[in-house]
Amino acid sequence: MAGLGGRMSTVFKAKISRLLDKSEDPGETLDYGYQKQVELLQNVKKGIADVVTSKKRLQMQSSKLEQSVVKLDTQARQAMSQGREDLARAALERKTVAQTELQSLDTQVNELEAQQEQLAANEKKLRTKIETFRTKKEVIKAQYSAAEAQVKISEAANGVGEEMADLGLAIQRAEDKTDQMKARAGAVEELEAAGTFEDLGQLGGGQDDIDRELASLGAGSQVDDELSKMKAELGTGGGDSPQIEKGKEGA
Amino acid sequence: MIVRLSGEGQYNLPDADADRLNQLDNDAVAAVEGGDEGAFRELWGQMLELVETDGSPVGEEDLVESDVILPPRDVSFAEAQGEFTGEGLIPD
Repeated sequence: MAGLGGRMSTVFKAKISRLLDKSEDPGETLDYGYQKQVELLQNVKKGIADVVTSKKRLQMQSSKLEQSVVKLDTQARQAMSQGREDLARAALERKTVAQTELQSLDTQVNELEAQQEQLAANEKKLRTKIETFRTKKEVIKAQYSAAEAQVKISEAANGVGEEMADLGLAIQRAEDKTDQMKARAGAVEELEAAGTFEDLGQLGGGQDDIDRELASLGAGSQVDDELSKMKAELGTGGGDSPQIEKGKEGA
Repeated sequence: MIVRLSGEGQYNLPDADADRLNQLDNDAVAAVEGGDEGAFRELWGQMLELVETDGSPVGEEDLVESDVILPPRDVSFAEAQGEFTGEGLIPD
């Protein structure tokens, strides 16, 4: 089939061929190269483990950010109800940054999940193909002349070899993506360390003036809340006065 | 004609689809080179559709080499740019 393949597919075919070349004769690799297969399967497992680790890290960051979003939102409302629009704005700004990060993290977690599933599925498929090759080879040997059998076996071996090389490519791709996500997770951690998503009401290092003011505002409103609760209790507690009088009586 | 969708699997397509697939492929690369992500997405979508509509999946028991190997389904524009306009175009 001369002229088959546009420019894009030619590039991809070349990539696969390069990976195939490394494994010498695919037929021999499949017959005797158990080590090569074991190596590849180990790579797949390592690839999947890496993906899972990165995913967990991103998920942890994601749930932290979710908490920040809720807290910052509460603080913004608190500040607004006390007429402090400047502080409300500061809290909402942080909330927006956290939300944007959150969305991008969620997208990446989903992508990783899909990649992880695909790798696992392909690993299974490759195992099947290798097993098929072992069986098929014997059948071919029995059915065809030596020369014909050699051609057919070599064709089948190339088919499996391509499958192997393609899985190798998928692992490389997953690793590249995982590296990008590690960098991303690192960047988010730096933002966290810089207090970008910090709960503004929490005490701790890295607090600026706005943090402190918001914190005291939060504390202030908590005091107000408790005071009004006390007032309410005292108000309804008017009926308690007889107790005091009783006490007096008792004295 | 056997077409592999990298990272996914192989499809058996009628040979008559070869020209159409080549055309779409070359147009997609041209779109990448022109920095036109929208056009690239559109053409790539058409390629996937052609493969899935006209092709039948190759069985797990079939051990065949592909005539055409396409990038992974979720290939990003940035990846495509790296492959087709950067060093990726020059074979090792």
